[in-house]
Amino acid sequence: MATPAAVVRPTRTLRKPLISGDELAKAFTFFFAALIIVVTFALVWQLWIGSSPAKEKFGFRFLTSSLWNPVTDEYGALPFIYGTLLTSFLALLISVPLGVGAAIYLSELASPRLSNTLTFLVELLAAVPSVIFGLIAIFSLVPLMRDYIEPALQNAFGSTPLFSGPAFGVGYLTAGMILAVMTFPFIISVSREALMAVPREQREAALALGATKWESTWQIVLPFAKLGILGSVFLGLARALGETMAVTMVIGNDPAIHASLLAPGYTIAAVIANEFTEASGKMYSSALVELGLVLFALTMLINGVAQLMIVLTTKKGSAKA
Amino acid sequence: MSTSPYMLPEKARHQDAPSHGLSINDMFPTAIPHSAGATTAVLQPLTAKMKTEHVNFYYGKFQALHDISLEFASNKVTALIGPSGCGKSTFLRTLNRINETLRDTRLEGSITLDGENILDKDVTEIRRRIGMVFQRPNPFPKSIYDNIIYGPKINGMLKGKNAAEIVEKSLRRAALWDEAKDKLHESAYALSGGQQQRLCIARALAVDPEMLLLDEPCSALDPIATAKIEDLLVGLKSQCTIVIVTHNMQQAARVADTTGFFLLGRLIEHAKTDIIFKNPSKKETEDYITGRFG
Ligand SMILES: Nc1ncnc2c1ncn2[C@@H]1O[C@H](COP(=O)(O)OP(=O)(O)OP(=O)(O)O)[C@@H](O)[C@H]1O
Ligand SMILES: [Mg+2]
Repeated sequence: MATPAAVVRPTRTLRKPLISGDELAKAFTFFFAALIIVVTFALVWQLWIGSSPAKEKFGFRFLTSSLWNPVTDEYGALPFIYGTLLTSFLALLISVPLGVGAAIYLSELASPRLSNTLTFLVELLAAVPSVIFGLIAIFSLVPLMRDYIEPALQNAFGSTPLFSGPAFGVGYLTAGMILAVMTFPFIISVSREALMAVPREQREAALALGATKWESTWQIVLPFAKLGILGSVFLGLARALGETMAVTMVIGNDPAIHASLLAPGYTIAAVIANEFTEASGKMYSSALVELGLVLFALTMLINGVAQLMIVLTTKKGSAKA
Repeated sequence: MSTSPYMLPEKARHQDAPSHGLSINDMFPTAIPHSAGATTAVLQPLTAKMKTEHVNFYYGKFQALHDISLEFASNKVTALIGPSGCGKSTFLRTLNRINETLRDTRLEGSITLDGENILDKDVTEIRRRIGMVFQRPNPFPKSIYDNIIYGPKINGMLKGKNAAEIVEKSLRRAALWDEAKDKLHESAYALSGGQQQRLCIARALAVDPEMLLLDEPCSALDPIATAKIEDLLVGLKSQCTIVIVTHNMQQAARVADTTGFFLLGRLIEHAKTDIIFKNPSKKETEDYITGRFG
């Protein structure tokens, strides 16, 4: 763009150039920035329109009803919302301590060479397509859960409703575990970056006061990096909430709410993927679109909360951004 | 514990002395009885708070310090000067064993604190007794109060003591109390650079160190903040032994009792500060001093 302008400039010496390079660049980048917003709005608009039959028929009941019956054309989203939140929560419950722990090892204890090699491998894990995770889960995690882990959990905590009922191998817990494996790489690599960005002076300040390595890591380095670690957790959460393929393969596909973590369930993403092709009736497909809208709103809500938390913790005078 | 016998002033002349290993008592001939009739009872010989002997330090294969033997007199300020990269920071950071937290480093020789080899002692205890202040202010992202209380807390010094008293005392010793007393619970980052550096000094003082090591503590500060810290150091001498690395020779002249000159990882000369600046015994020292001052 600049070159033609420069070429024609001599003939224009008396006039101001019609449009300067800067203005052009500004307009161009504005266009792209605006495009993102337009696409997002178009998406919401489509979800909104597509779900209007269901919205009109069920109203707010859609969110609170746990009835999902294509035969009678009655639809309620609660089992899917529950399954989505529960599996994501279980995933984070497992992957946050493990991931942050691994990140601490990689940034604080491992030699730089080992740390870089392991991080490379972990990041490779993030690139594995989710259907592969689903396959591995079906062929090894599900039998493992069914034959060993779930019976063991029942022996230990069988009296509580959380671990009651038969061991199918598929269900909330298995889905949570496969999601944990899938969110793990994000949590490790983003947390590791955050920990490595903590200035050496901070560690040395603590050590120089007589802190042990552990005290300096736990009390100084970790709090300093907490924003980055929080960011890694939300990144993991976003992945867990929307993850479709692997979960669909191990969740058990039962549109009901069960107290037991061992019971089969359903998530929003899984039911959309499973049932969209066979959604014959107008109300059926409209209900699925509304589920999509709910998932979109859920992720937006959680991201909003995340942003708010980050703003609040920064305000409280911790590490400057 | 080095309480070397008095030497006659003539013998103590730095010209004859070895480049390093010069005893601190040799440097203060005023403490030496000149005539037989003089009363000497009140004059205590200087003791070395810390002593390094034949210290070599390696980063991997690179030897950064060569055979450094140096004594730090109790309740004096020792300045370490020398061109960039000559090993001042490295030397300072061996004294509280913080350099051993770096990967692939090695120390040879001995370093004694009150006559005991610090390499044989519990490292956290050594670091509690030898405070350190860094080149750039590095407060924790906590409140002023929590910054100061951190050291006493991890060292179990809060039992039966009033934390607020420790905070006030430390801030007063670091001449920061008046400026900070109304915002103790605000973030330490709300302070100016000079105030932050005094906060770091207060934080180091809160654990009652016997020595204080400072690595170019004023290099990021303006002249007024620098003057405040210099005054502070001179005032702290009565309570602890101070070692300061500085690029600023006027600063060394203002605050230090003795000055050591480093060049290429070697200690060239250690003597009373006015001797280093007015009448150094080594050509290298003189070149460095005059080079700087034209
Ligand atoms: N972490 C390290 N790893 C390897 N070499 C180092 C390291 N730190 C310092 N060195 C080397 O050791 C030598 C002494 O460095 P040092 O930082 O002690 O110098 P200095 O006198 O403090 O310099 P300055 O006045 O610039 O602070 C230099 O050659 C430096 O390159
Ligand atoms: Mg230095």
